[in-house]
Amino acid sequence: MTVVIGFEGSANKIGIGIIRDGEVLSNPRRTYITPPGHGFLPSETARHHRAVVLTVLQEALQQAGLTPADIDCVAYTKGPGMGAPLLTLALVARTVAQLWGRPLVGVNHCIGHVEMGRLITQAHNPTVLYVSGGNTQVIAYSERRYRIFGETIDIAVGNCLDRFARVIKISNDPSPGYNIEQMAKRGSRYIELPYTVKGMDVSFSGILSFIEEAANKMLASAECSAEDLCFSLQETLFSMLVEITERAMAHCGSQEVLIVGGVGCNLRLQEMMGVMCKERGAKLFATDERFCIDNGAMIAQAGWEMFRSGQVTELQDSWITQRYRTDEVEVTWRD
Amino acid sequence: MELEKNMVVSEFLSKGSVLKQGAEARVYRDVFLGRSTIIKERFPKKYRHPLLDEKLTHRRTVQEVRSIQRCRRAGIHTPVVYFVDYTSHCIFLEDIVDSVTVRDHIAATRLRSLPCPTLEPLEPLAARVGRVLARMHDEDVVHGDLTTSNMLLRRSGDGEAELSLVLIDFGLSYISALPEDKGVDLYVLEKAFLSTHPNTEPLFQKLLESYAASSKKSSAVIKKLDEVRLRGRKRSMVG
Repeated sequence: MTVVIGFEGSANKIGIGIIRDGEVLSNPRRTYITPPGHGFLPSETARHHRAVVLTVLQEALQQAGLTPADIDCVAYTKGPGMGAPLLTLALVARTVAQLWGRPLVGVNHCIGHVEMGRLITQAHNPTVLYVSGGNTQVIAYSERRYRIFGETIDIAVGNCLDRFARVIKISNDPSPGYNIEQMAKRGSRYIELPYTVKGMDVSFSGILSFIEEAANKMLASAECSAEDLCFSLQETLFSMLVEITERAMAHCGSQEVLIVGGVGCNLRLQEMMGVMCKERGAKLFATDERFCIDNGAMIAQAGWEMFRSGQVTELQDSWITQRYRTDEVEVTWRD
Repeated sequence: MELEKNMVVSEFLSKGSVLKQGAEARVYRDVFLGRSTIIKERFPKKYRHPLLDEKLTHRRTVQEVRSIQRCRRAGIHTPVVYFVDYTSHCIFLEDIVDSVTVRDHIAATRLRSLPCPTLEPLEPLAARVGRVLARMHDEDVVHGDLTTSNMLLRRSGDGEAELSLVLIDFGLSYISALPEDKGVDLYVLEKAFLSTHPNTEPLFQKLLESYAASSKKSSAVIKKLDEVRLRGRKRSMVG
């Protein structure tokens, strides 16, 4: 029996979760929500995390019905992400690891998402679409690496959505992407937006600058509603994501798709991906907001895999890094 | 009248054999006007909004044909375009018979060079690819999907005469003078090349050197390529 606790705080969500041999024992989380029109800055986010981290840690242990003595390994997000928030969580992880006398494991955030997705859905060897505020990658496992087949060449799709939300000043509670999704349901007019797919890669900065300008013009002249813009933006962005996923599937000969990351919560994205999969005779796997959105249990799960295959992070190597490519990690737990 | 035209093309397609169904289009092989023909059908994608789908499909069909014509005018070997149906988004292309993909050629040559693996015999090919791509980019054609599976080696004429290099699959191509777009074009090839043919960095380097030497506008493009390579590493990865 192996019990791992995971510490996650690379962006505005702070989560601490406990996993025991594939069972999620607890997974409490808090989100730092900024006022409409504002994004979250590193120092303020770190301040938010510092204020709640010990409370969340207590919750994690209490909800799991465990004490520190029951923990076998302490996993934390090594990167990628925002520097100050990452550091906050790493500091706590290092401290408890030493206090409790347990080994540390530094986890790649993207791999945390993938491993959680695999655990919850039991997908065998899927083409993974990882989409969040900070990352947009199409990943497939091959020879001990999670290889990046396609990705954004500029900003992440979630970042595009979040920044558009700021332009039209919608609430960031519970998340800007969620509110765009609800508004999109009430939109009907399709407005033509730039569509940029380059081979297996995508680009979102063009569509963002276009829609930021268009929003101000079109809303002022009442040419269309904000709901129509949300609708058109989703249809365009998600079509691009489905296209590069399909391309990767055709290239790898894969019949399974797994969507992970915060944007993966979006039901319209799941619906569109489902249509594509159906046409190819492939299967779609997705999780709900508990595991799509950044959480501690996903770090615990990846940490569990790493720890059980013999990986441990020494204290002097337990730094954090803002840039950490998914394919840098040697996936020793799969063959 | 248009409905009739549609019916004729789809009737025609139902006779042919489906070669493959890629992410982008369905490919058939049949005989058209007495010649072996490849028909590329961009079928509607149901997951897309119909307006987006129509715009995208039409644009890609037009761009593909335009790019092929432009390459041919510059003396680059591509399949001949026999016919285009813009209602059903079908392109009727010359079937390049008696050819092998550059991908298979590289794989076979590397296998043959065992037990002492060497990339030397492939250097002339790499240089040739570099020259052809330079000519294509100088024509401001961006291929958009450069891989070694999208390049064919065909016997030109009789016997063991020099193989000609044919570029195919212009499905994602477009016209652009921007070094950024050409740099990304080379980046797409580099990623595809190195993941399909592991440990061939020196070969790809030879390709780039040949490209740089042959293209009049290469320095800006190579500079952009270096920038794009770093982008993945320098991008903020929050969330």
